[in-house]
Amino acid sequence: MNHRDINATRLSKVVEGQRARIVAVGGSGALRRRILEMGMTKGTELLVEKYAPLRDPMEIIVKGFHISLRVEEASEITVEIVE
Amino acid sequence: MAHAEITIALAGNPNSGKTTIFNNITGTRQKVGNWPGVTVEKKEGRIKKFGYDLKIIDLPGIYSLAPFSIEEIVARDYILDECPDVVIDIIDASNLERSLYLATQLREIGRSNVLFALNMSDVAHARGYKIDSAKLSELLDVPVLETIGNKNQGVAALLQKAIEMAESEITPSKERKVRYSNDIESAIDDLVLLLAPHLNAEGLYEPRWTSVKLLENDQVVLNRLKAALPENPFAILQEKAASLREILQQRYNEDPEIVLTDERYGFIAGIMKEVFTTSPRKRIDMSRSIDKVLTNRFVGFPIFLFFIWAMFQLTFTLGAYPMDWIDAGVAGLSTLLGRALPESLLKDLLINGIIAGVGSVIVFLPNILILFFCIALFEDTGYMSRCAFLMDKIMHLIGLHGKSFIPMLMGFGCNVPAIMAARTLESEKDRLLTILITPFMSCSAKLPVYIVLAGTFFGPRAGSVIFIIYLVGILIAVVSGRLFRTTLLRGADAPFVMELPPYRVPMLKSLLIHMWDRSKMFLRKMGGIILIGSIIIWALSVFPRTFHYSRDYPAALARLEAVYAQKAADAGPGEKAVLKTERQDRRLEMQRAMRAEETANSFMGMIGRTIAPVFAPIGIDWRGGVSLLAGFVAKEIVVSTLGVLHAVDEEGSEALRQALVKSGMTPLSAFSMMIFVLLYIPCIATVVTIRRESNSFRWMFFSIGYTTLVAWIMSFIVYNGGRLLGFS
Repeated sequence: MNHRDINATRLSKVVEGQRARIVAVGGSGALRRRILEMGMTKGTELLVEKYAPLRDPMEIIVKGFHISLRVEEASEITVEIVE
Repeated sequence: MAHAEITIALAGNPNSGKTTIFNNITGTRQKVGNWPGVTVEKKEGRIKKFGYDLKIIDLPGIYSLAPFSIEEIVARDYILDECPDVVIDIIDASNLERSLYLATQLREIGRSNVLFALNMSDVAHARGYKIDSAKLSELLDVPVLETIGNKNQGVAALLQKAIEMAESEITPSKERKVRYSNDIESAIDDLVLLLAPHLNAEGLYEPRWTSVKLLENDQVVLNRLKAALPENPFAILQEKAASLREILQQRYNEDPEIVLTDERYGFIAGIMKEVFTTSPRKRIDMSRSIDKVLTNRFVGFPIFLFFIWAMFQLTFTLGAYPMDWIDAGVAGLSTLLGRALPESLLKDLLINGIIAGVGSVIVFLPNILILFFCIALFEDTGYMSRCAFLMDKIMHLIGLHGKSFIPMLMGFGCNVPAIMAARTLESEKDRLLTILITPFMSCSAKLPVYIVLAGTFFGPRAGSVIFIIYLVGILIAVVSGRLFRTTLLRGADAPFVMELPPYRVPMLKSLLIHMWDRSKMFLRKMGGIILIGSIIIWALSVFPRTFHYSRDYPAALARLEAVYAQKAADAGPGEKAVLKTERQDRRLEMQRAMRAEETANSFMGMIGRTIAPVFAPIGIDWRGGVSLLAGFVAKEIVVSTLGVLHAVDEEGSEALRQALVKSGMTPLSAFSMMIFVLLYIPCIATVVTIRRESNSFRWMFFSIGYTTLVAWIMSFIVYNGGRLLGFS
């Protein structure tokens, strides 16, 4: 698996209103498991809805529901920008 | 046989409408408690319906059956070990794909009868989703019924189906509906084969499910197996599981548990293709539009602060009226009893011990009712998770979760409801941390103490001094939070990954049920312990009854009366009124002196003087020490006890101020005492709440010890540092 594609970036770097597809979920333990269990598996498309007023956490829409996660946690998720 | 009892457990994701359905079925016939050993709320309801006794259990809302959070473990253990007759999985039809993750896992357990309720089918329909429930039922071999929980539609049919399933002899189908890829299936088969000879062992779960869990390296299942199997077969099984995991790890370049999660979602994607169609209907997403405003970069915080302010106002300002009524009622009752009963120790116990003690708790009821109504409103509308979303950045700096903000803020009003509000936190560590630092938020009962002390010794600067006191409290809370996070409650922060559910119009019924549950718990559980506590404190301040008064008060009083009777007889008509007030003042003065002596000589007074050396280094005299001890009952009592010990009337009065100055108290020692009041042991009601909400005496004692130690150290630093710097 090559995460260093030109299009690949961290989810935390995706700007508001942009769509992205999950390439890989990093991190460890409970966090990683929780992210995957919420349906954010490889290949899933998501939309960055907004960032909180203090720029952390962020809100994404995935599979039709809204999830908030900390920027730090989002940086564990590698995505590619869709469009 | 009169009635057969059927146990039905409700499972489902958070926000799936599970609790609404539970409330609809059981109404107010609910029992709310905790699951054994943990502080996860357990709701149970019993009703008679269709000729059966139904016991309905509301399992905690979960996304998965992996044993990561307490909620997941609780729900799984219940289904596995208590074997409810039927498990109803409430599926959010507008969120089908994710809901199916839990649903497939429930199906995999292969133990109890499972029934799916496609809930909120109206919302799904409005969004243009079409779900083929017959197909879904066929694919997973599970009955599927449609419900609309908040309109109570389909719920009766759901119950009927559940009863039918419980009564039928048909065991759940052995056909495996959830399938994995070949590599994993063969690994499962290997393990099932090893388990086959032990099928009759006590405490063993269904073999295929057990095998899947072994591949996921599920520690709970491993421990269970270790207990259930003889040593040797267990070792072989464990070894085999480890080697299979190793093989899978190499094949997929990934942990097997992750691979299984991935595959389950793959399996679900397959189901979705067959049962789910969406006709893209462009409609305004109300919830999303509302959220764009409520979490807006510029107005999000002001709106949030307004809501919090409104909640605070409602709780403590509106709540003050019924509080006054209750207060007046309690006072009226004690006056009435005071008149009706003959003087006796029992009367004193009844009035000053029991009624005063229980009265001091029951006055919190309006606060609690209103606060929990507001919190229920926040939660049921979906705003609570937005609060966490807004505040998380700030709270995370202290090592806390965004949701900790509300309990901590409520702490400025009263710690009792504040600590109860910590229940909204899902992670036990976050909850404990919040419970431990909330008492440093200076509650409103401490304010009278500050007003008297700061007002006396700081004059026009009193306001600023009190403000500093509040800031010190917040600072100590922040430092303590960080300290606990890195020591006692260490460990990775609970992931913040949190659903932001759509905004919904709340149902009044469920708001009221929510509010009443909490309040009932408060009344029932607090009542007993506080009753005992108040009796003990009363006894300490009343006994022993035999000591030598410095003078013969009854005789002195009699002399006083005689003198004034004489004077009144001699006085002219104009002087009579003057004489009358003078006589009353002198009499009160003498009675106060007598009470001061009684308190000083009581056990409480003795303890106060015994521990005076403890308070000396922080500039507090024995009277201050006794007042602080009495403050354990309620912080307001600190002022009234000071008044009693200085033999002056009425708290906050000029007389007390003068007495305090005369007693040698200085601005510095007053400041030191304020710091101590701010930080030391919370009142008995709070302590009992801590015990209850942390579900452990250990944390309660820890909190008592920690707060008091911090208070002493801080006061010591302030007092002695101040003296070194030349303050007095």
